[in-house]
Amino acid sequence: MNNAKNIKHLYARAGFGIRFEDLHDHEHRSVKKAVRKLFKASEKQEPITVLTENLDLRHPLTDADKAKFNEDKYKQAVDLNNAWLKQLSETDAQLREKMTLFWHNHFACICGTVYYAQQINNIQRANAFGNFKTLLLQVSQTPGMLLFLTNQQNQKAHPNENFARELMELFTLGRGHYTEQDVKESARAFTGWTYAGKNGEYAFYPRGHDDGIKTFMGQSANFCGEDIIDIIVAKKQTAIFICSKLYRFFVNDVPDMDHVNQMADVLYNANYEIKPLLEYVFTADWFYDDKNTGNLIKSPIDLLVGLNRQFYVSYQNPAILIQFQRSLGQELFHPPNVAGWPGGKSWIDSSSLMYRMKIPSTILNAGVIDFTGKANPEDEAYLAFEKKQQLNVIKKVQAQPDWDKFLKEMPSDITRQQMAEFMLEPPINSTTLNEVQNAPDIKTAVIQITSTPEYQLC
Amino acid sequence: MRRRDFLRNTTLASGALMIPAFLKPFEAFAASDISGYKNLVIIQLSGGNDGLNTIIPFGNDIYYQKRKTIAINQPDIIKLDDMQGLNPNLSALKEIYDQGWMSIINSVGYPNPDRSHFRSMDIWQTASDSNQFLSTGWIGRYLDSNCQNCTNPYTAIEVDDTLSYAMKGAKLKGIAVQDPNKLYQTTREPFFKDLIHEHDHVNLNEDNLGYLYKTMIETYSSADYIQQTTKTYNVGCDYPQTGLGGQLKMASKFINSGLQTRVYYVSLSGFDTHVGQQNQQGRQLKIYGDAVAAFIKDLKQTGKLDDTLVMTFSEFGRRVEQNASNGTDHGTANNVMIFGGKLKKAGIYNSAPDLSQLDNGDLKYQIDFRDVYATLLDKWLNVNNSLILNRNFAGLDFV
Repeated sequence: MNNAKNIKHLYARAGFGIRFEDLHDHEHRSVKKAVRKLFKASEKQEPITVLTENLDLRHPLTDADKAKFNEDKYKQAVDLNNAWLKQLSETDAQLREKMTLFWHNHFACICGTVYYAQQINNIQRANAFGNFKTLLLQVSQTPGMLLFLTNQQNQKAHPNENFARELMELFTLGRGHYTEQDVKESARAFTGWTYAGKNGEYAFYPRGHDDGIKTFMGQSANFCGEDIIDIIVAKKQTAIFICSKLYRFFVNDVPDMDHVNQMADVLYNANYEIKPLLEYVFTADWFYDDKNTGNLIKSPIDLLVGLNRQFYVSYQNPAILIQFQRSLGQELFHPPNVAGWPGGKSWIDSSSLMYRMKIPSTILNAGVIDFTGKANPEDEAYLAFEKKQQLNVIKKVQAQPDWDKFLKEMPSDITRQQMAEFMLEPPINSTTLNEVQNAPDIKTAVIQITSTPEYQLC
Repeated sequence: MRRRDFLRNTTLASGALMIPAFLKPFEAFAASDISGYKNLVIIQLSGGNDGLNTIIPFGNDIYYQKRKTIAINQPDIIKLDDMQGLNPNLSALKEIYDQGWMSIINSVGYPNPDRSHFRSMDIWQTASDSNQFLSTGWIGRYLDSNCQNCTNPYTAIEVDDTLSYAMKGAKLKGIAVQDPNKLYQTTREPFFKDLIHEHDHVNLNEDNLGYLYKTMIETYSSADYIQQTTKTYNVGCDYPQTGLGGQLKMASKFINSGLQTRVYYVSLSGFDTHVGQQNQQGRQLKIYGDAVAAFIKDLKQTGKLDDTLVMTFSEFGRRVEQNASNGTDHGTANNVMIFGGKLKKAGIYNSAPDLSQLDNGDLKYQIDFRDVYATLLDKWLNVNNSLILNRNFAGLDFV
């Protein structure tokens, strides 16, 4: 077993890619020790606190107040995106952030009030590899999710099935494992789950709650929402569903059901604790099989964060990173719908692939770009208010990679080929190798490595 | 070998030996090959355009009762019949309408409407039910349906720098081209070029790496084909100097130079008019109307109008009653505008929206937007709509 290769694979999947400095640390240690180190580094809790005002509590009346409101809302969205991307790029707790990204997509949510997006993000981070049931309940009771899945409108007199349906279809069981009757009955159990308008906090309104008998998955009682979640989580299918998503996220686009079932046993027997499951995956032999290495397409966030981390990049105007996210098809906090980003091959089309191959050189070489991506639908009110047709466009990337640090940590006797092998997960083809070996200087060689199709994989 | 056979054989799966041929520039089509080649142009108005102040139901008193400060005054309206008329900022479209090149479909929407921008846009772009989530767009699924002429990315072109969800299928995706020159230059940077010409054949396997190389090669050859085919054609008509004007001018260049493209996609933002609607919407409608009128007249002159159909939609309309800020909030059903030289039913397609029978203050839809799509798919793109829309829609008679 090639230990260095395995450690590199572990970092590519459990984190955002290995740096030369990491290799000094782990090269001669076991995979087990490296996994332990990743968890240790992720023990610390770093909530994002950039937003301090809940704009939901502001009720602008005059046109001037509304203009200020729209502007502040827009600014909050930029600030939150920048803050998370910075954290992703700089933290030592990379496994925690990677799992936060997983939950960000699993509980895909668009919050009109950006403050609530920050709140959900922090819950996902705090429970990143904690208990799934705790996470599920906490996320479900945030104002952001209650609003998003219209549970505010779920009242005894006129139930709204939106939350109940997505809970089962997307968060726990998956399609085909519940009936329409289960949706109807459980929606009644979630009536009265709401949040208070005056402080923006979760509240249960007994008067809106239906306390009649509900028949859900073969059991009848006066169930409340928490009971429904208990019943759902008690189904092994929930563990299987979560594990097949985690398998696609960490291991392979095509789930191997034997491995998924092994994972589901671990998760289920651990009472839905995520940490033992991840330890199991990262130390499983099959995780390091050739067919499971260098074959996942990096998400746009993986790509950008990986570059930032590898080259210690700082940005004069970090909003450029939002433009990159839009151009590449993954803007944090703006999944396409409640099902999240489909991932895999869907990241790649003609233009996104060209940008992916061009962006590294613009970041590493103070480049200029001529693409902006599309405004997200939530920006439309701001655009209309500002009488603009499109958002301001940044053309100069203005990034500062720390080349000195990057080069200093590279082993002094490293060959160009070894360097390429270190930075790329899939095997290198002869053309790339040839280009890298003939590049006039080491920086050019490095930029070429990051501009290949191979660099898109992890 | 006949050209069609050549194209069919030149798939990457059929063998790496064919690759060098695939990379050769496609010869431009002789004019006779492309006559009767039908194009669909989709214009997306983002933000939720207020349809009631676009095609104005001035004949209905409720309109004036509900919109005390933002209703358009009768004398300013360009009347189309005794019930509905155009917003004065759409004056350029009057001539188009009078020629029988415009059809207005009222009250288009879907059951259980969603008033969130992103969700409703998602529904329109993926053609899903409102409680269903699809990860492919409807044009993307058209590409996937493997119709005879849609195996290349340039079968569907978005004149923009990124590709909308609507254009992404599970297997095939359209291509975003803002400027053919720029795309060409990007793909011809020396390092990219080397990767494309000298990659190992092993890279073209069915795995993800193979998919990346395959996409790169297709982009490379598409960029070449688009550049070669379009570079000598110059658009002869004047277009307004606006973003949308530029996009439609580019679409005209593509259509008139004989590009083998079936679908073009463009969009215009800025319709989310919660505050001070009249000025903001007026500005956007003027941009829209002037650009579309220039485009239609241009296509008429070049003889392409009969082979082109233009559809304009927005993710939703707005509430019937205005709000307290001289604006309107998110609503539901809306009008869809169709343009073309060969409309079966020009003018106002169906009755004006009913302003008295509302659902919670919003218009009730009369026509499912997927019936509009079904018409375009069945009668214009010649593909069975149930393959793309997942069940069969009866369609309409505007074409």
